Amino acid sequence: MIAREMGEHEVRPYKQIMKRTPLYDIHKKLGGRMVEFGGWEMPVQYKGVMEEHHAVRERAGLFDISHMGEIFVEGPKAHDFINYLTTNDIYRIENGGCQYSACCYENGGVVDDVISYQFSPEKYLVVVNASNTEKDFEWFKKNNTLGVSIRNRSAEFCQLALQGPLSQKILEPLVETDLGLLKYYTFVETFFQGKEIIISRTGYTGEDGFELYGKWGEAPFFWNSLLEQGAGDGIMPVGLSARDTLRLESAYSLYGHEISETINPFEARLNWIVKLDKSDFIGKKILKKIKAGGPHRTLIGLEMVDAGVPRQGYKIWFGDQEAGEVTSGTFSPTLNKGIALALVKSENALENEFEIEIRGAKRRGRSIILPFYKRGG
Amino acid sequence: MTMAIPDDVKYTKEHEWVKLEGNIATIGITDYAQEQLGDIVMIEFPAEGTTVVKNDAFGVLESVKSVSDVFAPLSGKVIEVNDPLTDSPGIVNEDCYGEGWLIKIELSKPQETEELMNAKAYETYLKEES
Repeated sequence: MIAREMGEHEVRPYKQIMKRTPLYDIHKKLGGRMVEFGGWEMPVQYKGVMEEHHAVRERAGLFDISHMGEIFVEGPKAHDFINYLTTNDIYRIENGGCQYSACCYENGGVVDDVISYQFSPEKYLVVVNASNTEKDFEWFKKNNTLGVSIRNRSAEFCQLALQGPLSQKILEPLVETDLGLLKYYTFVETFFQGKEIIISRTGYTGEDGFELYGKWGEAPFFWNSLLEQGAGDGIMPVGLSARDTLRLESAYSLYGHEISETINPFEARLNWIVKLDKSDFIGKKILKKIKAGGPHRTLIGLEMVDAGVPRQGYKIWFGDQEAGEVTSGTFSPTLNKGIALALVKSENALENEFEIEIRGAKRRGRSIILPFYKRGG
Repeated sequence: MTMAIPDDVKYTKEHEWVKLEGNIATIGITDYAQEQLGDIVMIEFPAEGTTVVKNDAFGVLESVKSVSDVFAPLSGKVIEVNDPLTDSPGIVNEDCYGEGWLIKIELSKPQETEELMNAKAYETYLKEES
């Protein structure tokens, strides 16, 4: 028995020395299977991906995402800097607001997808993908024509995600803020059992939930307190595998799959984060052209009709024409079938029936309206 | 973590087990293998009556996150596949040495069984691997 392809993340046994989060020992104790992910040794699963996935959909799950990067941008021109570096319009949010956005290259390819937290027009936290942290930091500095202060403070912050319908109930007693007032995509600086914390109502699972930023070394305290507080509600620690199946069901992009240096936001159907009517930003010129002409490729959602699990890189066929390939695929624990996001030629994007080539055989799949799963839907 | 390694079956380095009854071999994957794979969601079996050759892939196990070939520990003809697993592949995770067996073959080269490991040898092999 040899695993020949390992699904979404590049999952392989860890050999070289890798970075660890402050929760490493706790993950091991909880039975977490540790794998390499973006240079970090992270838990891919604890009890099992299915159980963890369902826990988040039905109750609550706790994720260690301390590997993610935190870059602070400060100074009188911070507001304009963020607007120049990202495709979304930062003028549309207020202090205490979060905004999902992308940083693009001049050619329209994506440097990274990010969430900007606005403390004030002079202070932002930009949360970036773990494996892109260094690249993003260098990119910010390289394009710092406005003289802002840019600090990579990733080593100072732990990050936990508490996701699932019972998240608010579990977190509420531990923090000094009224979570009922915390709207989707806003954040608050408050205290968690006396310890400083930033809490945002954000996430990567499609469920209600929160992302928490505290001092690096205090991660075990936050983690254990949340597991203890949520024990009666069936909270579970959740690994990277379920993080991926949850985000894929919700059709959230993963850098390196749906977006990358060679896949622009219009192809990835992220039109809503590209505001071409705002002031100049990196990539605007080309993105304007791409939008006017229409992207050559379009991201679609597919579900399997025949048996089979689509995986990244599998070819998509429309009749005898090669239409494109799978960017992310998995078995969906909620739908109980294989699902995929696929980048296909735009001329094929509105078709309903496709075939997915799995180990040399073409299996039937059909296009479905994204997302695959919507809470309450 | 403790892995179940029953001593009434033989093992391969590819983490399959073989139960020998006369000229018939029942084949499955070990507790270590199912643990490594995680939740198994789909299985591709060979057709009954086909011939499998030692060390060749005879089937595919898909877990949520991975695809794995299953290699034939011995050569022979497939006389039965465990059909119920097609609808309930999770049985392999729950009972890999029992209800979760994969296929039965009629051996064409019984001498190949000499190369299989016993439980003790497999346990040592697992320790060396990890």
